[in-house]
Amino acid sequence: MAEELKKVDVVIVGTGWAGGITAAELTKKGYKVVALERGKEQSRNDFIGAKDELKYSIRYDMMQDLSKDTVTARGSMEETAKPVRNNNYARFGNDTGGASVHWNGVSLRWLPYDFEIHSQTVEKYGAKKIPENCTIQDWGITYDELEPYYDKFEKTAGVSGEENPVGPPRSDKYPNPPLKTTPSIELFKKASTNLGYHPYRLPAANMSETYTNPDGETINACMYCAFCEEYGCDFGAKGDPIVTVLETARKTGNFEIRNESTVTEVIHDGTKAIGLKYIDNITGIEYIQPADIVVLAGFVFTNNKLLLKSKIGKPYNPETQEGVIGKNFTGHFSNISTYIGARGFFNNEKWNLSMGTGALGAKVDDYAGDNVDHTDLDFLHGYEIRYYHLGQRPIDNNHVPEGTPAWGKEYKEKNLFYHNRSLIIRAKTAFLPNRYTYLDLDPTYKDEFGDPLIRATVHYEEQDIKRAQHGVETCKEIMTEMGADIIDLVDVPDDVKFDSKFYTNHFLGGAIMGEDPATSAVNNYSQMWDMDNLFVLGGSSFPHNSNHDPTETIGAFAYRASEGMIEYLGGEGGLLVEAKQTSKA
Amino acid sequence: MADNNNPKTESHDPGRRNFLKNTGLVVGGVAGGSLLGGLFTNQMKSDDGKKGKNEETAKVDPSHARVFFGRFEDFIVLATATELIFPEDDNGPGAIGLDVPYFIDKQLAGTWGINGDDYRQAPFTNLEGLKKIEKADEKVNHSRANRGKIFLEGLRLMNAESMKRFDASFDQATEEQQHEIMGDLAAGKLDMKSIPSDAFFALLKQATLEGAFSDPLYGGNKNMDGWRMKEFAGARPSYADVIESEEFVKLDPISLTDYQRKK
Repeated sequence: MAEELKKVDVVIVGTGWAGGITAAELTKKGYKVVALERGKEQSRNDFIGAKDELKYSIRYDMMQDLSKDTVTARGSMEETAKPVRNNNYARFGNDTGGASVHWNGVSLRWLPYDFEIHSQTVEKYGAKKIPENCTIQDWGITYDELEPYYDKFEKTAGVSGEENPVGPPRSDKYPNPPLKTTPSIELFKKASTNLGYHPYRLPAANMSETYTNPDGETINACMYCAFCEEYGCDFGAKGDPIVTVLETARKTGNFEIRNESTVTEVIHDGTKAIGLKYIDNITGIEYIQPADIVVLAGFVFTNNKLLLKSKIGKPYNPETQEGVIGKNFTGHFSNISTYIGARGFFNNEKWNLSMGTGALGAKVDDYAGDNVDHTDLDFLHGYEIRYYHLGQRPIDNNHVPEGTPAWGKEYKEKNLFYHNRSLIIRAKTAFLPNRYTYLDLDPTYKDEFGDPLIRATVHYEEQDIKRAQHGVETCKEIMTEMGADIIDLVDVPDDVKFDSKFYTNHFLGGAIMGEDPATSAVNNYSQMWDMDNLFVLGGSSFPHNSNHDPTETIGAFAYRASEGMIEYLGGEGGLLVEAKQTSKA
Repeated sequence: MADNNNPKTESHDPGRRNFLKNTGLVVGGVAGGSLLGGLFTNQMKSDDGKKGKNEETAKVDPSHARVFFGRFEDFIVLATATELIFPEDDNGPGAIGLDVPYFIDKQLAGTWGINGDDYRQAPFTNLEGLKKIEKADEKVNHSRANRGKIFLEGLRLMNAESMKRFDASFDQATEEQQHEIMGDLAAGKLDMKSIPSDAFFALLKQATLEGAFSDPLYGGNKNMDGWRMKEFAGARPSYADVIESEEFVKLDPISLTDYQRKK
């Protein structure tokens, strides 16, 4: 029997941005908050001197221990899913701060089109433009309603950036100016400008100068040391939950993080959540932590697994298209997004590519969302083009032109020669949901406690492939203008299939947001329609995937959800948004 | 090895020669094929004759001992194969000179060698299933065999193949012969039980590059020469003052040993 603990106001699964923001906002109002984190305790001190590529980028020290829990994956419903066995196919965050500690810091707002994607598409192109199996739907909120929360997140994380010339309206400028620039960033910007595009600097949660956020937390100026992505910051110079929201929550005296605590179930009575059941990883002892509000702020797989296991909401069925939990799983799948593009080799240029930081770079949004007219395009939504200067580390970067022998003298010669003479520009594509891409529980494989693993079934539709191919062509166009001597494409074949790789860490959906309980799990406060004291935050609430990175939107919705929770606790409870029956089934 | 009486090795045997040179072994008269197992003992005896005991002790790198590989004949195939992938040239040392074989030996003896951080519940994927997987690293992930078992099978197969084709162990074969076997390995043409052989080639190459370019604390990248060849400056605290430079800025590398000591 699990030991039942003393009730608190709020109990949260996970300590990433979503859980951290919730903890900060609720504890500041005086509520007692407990966060259950299955990973180890970690602080800034863990990252001092952590410039070890083998440990962090190759052996994935900060990523989830897959020996205990992973996911299974397959490319269609006909296949048997295989477990994801090694972190080279799954960079899921772990430990205090979650994935928000090892992130690059790319901080992007999504587009007005994203939140009203169904209605705007129908209005502009007619319903027939939406492919048969495509299950895009509106989010039940507009960009304008979300904008204040975006602004709040940017100020908390200390985003350094400049105005996007083709971006959505902003109520305020970024809290910090853009990061330093480099010759290769300027080359990318010049080439794309020559072609008529509108490049701008990547908004970065890496500090261009020392910054103190509205909660009073100081984040140091970035040193451009090149150990950022996949690393905790050596200098406390990256906007992450450890140096911001978790610290803010800690200072209130109302917050407790229980590390090494794996949540296995949401305890509930069918209408209300009662608390969370968890196992202490060290002792194996089971506990129940009751609370007035229960918050799931884990990664997409954790949230979906807990809902399915706890039998909350109706599981999605791809055959009948009924049910919700597990529906509209999407992501930045790495063989049609993020890692595709054009690599240029330059014989007469040499850059300081070993220097850099997570979100140092520039991007082009001319093809983002619905920024171009899609009437004559065979896909919806779009992509962005990026050039990153994140610091090229030597084990992970051994790029030689195609046709070079795979080993031996010539291989070594070219590997060394091009180390500081090759650049890649990449297309980050959107992925729109379809009825055959979803999450459920695996029938075979189990986690360390004997519970089924989450199974991801990912089917690429034709429009996803066309969108990606269009992106690669634009990368090639820009790289040609940049003057590379040799250009190799990281291309997308017509018959590309999901490769079971979860490398971008941007995976979304399954407990999606909307205005109709028949087609969504949560409302725009991330509150479960079926259980009003259960809030499910994070990427799991996104009904589709934009071309933009998800983190800032996760942060913005966490601020909105926190506002809802404060209202809920201070008032009568109940649903914060009235349900509508607008969506087609 | 001028005194080696195997004609096949006269033209070229970079792996063994470099390995012996870089591990400080005295070559003359000791390194005949049948004596491989006794190399280290022989070296001690041979050196003892020339030098004082203290001097000899100071010279031996204590990390130059095998922990995973029991058999020296497996280790010399590994050393030869890594040097073939990343050879010594005008740019600088090859895999052996960078201590890559010792790096791999240490890695195989730890968590990585037993896939300790991986999900390891059955059912695994059989060989036919592994062949259908596109990416080499993913083939390795789904094998029932861990990386240690895969390495032993792969290296022994390379050696057996060399004996069968050329009547010479892999390290004793000519460079051309070694490349022929490596080519068949990389093309997936050698039959392994644990994984398709192209996946073993990818694993071997990846491990070689890791040994060449990881921080020296792991026993490879000797003297940070791997980093120097790539003009990578290692664990430097900051590039804030130089990152905007129009020119390429060449900096001496810093290892974690140096960096963490300063904290």
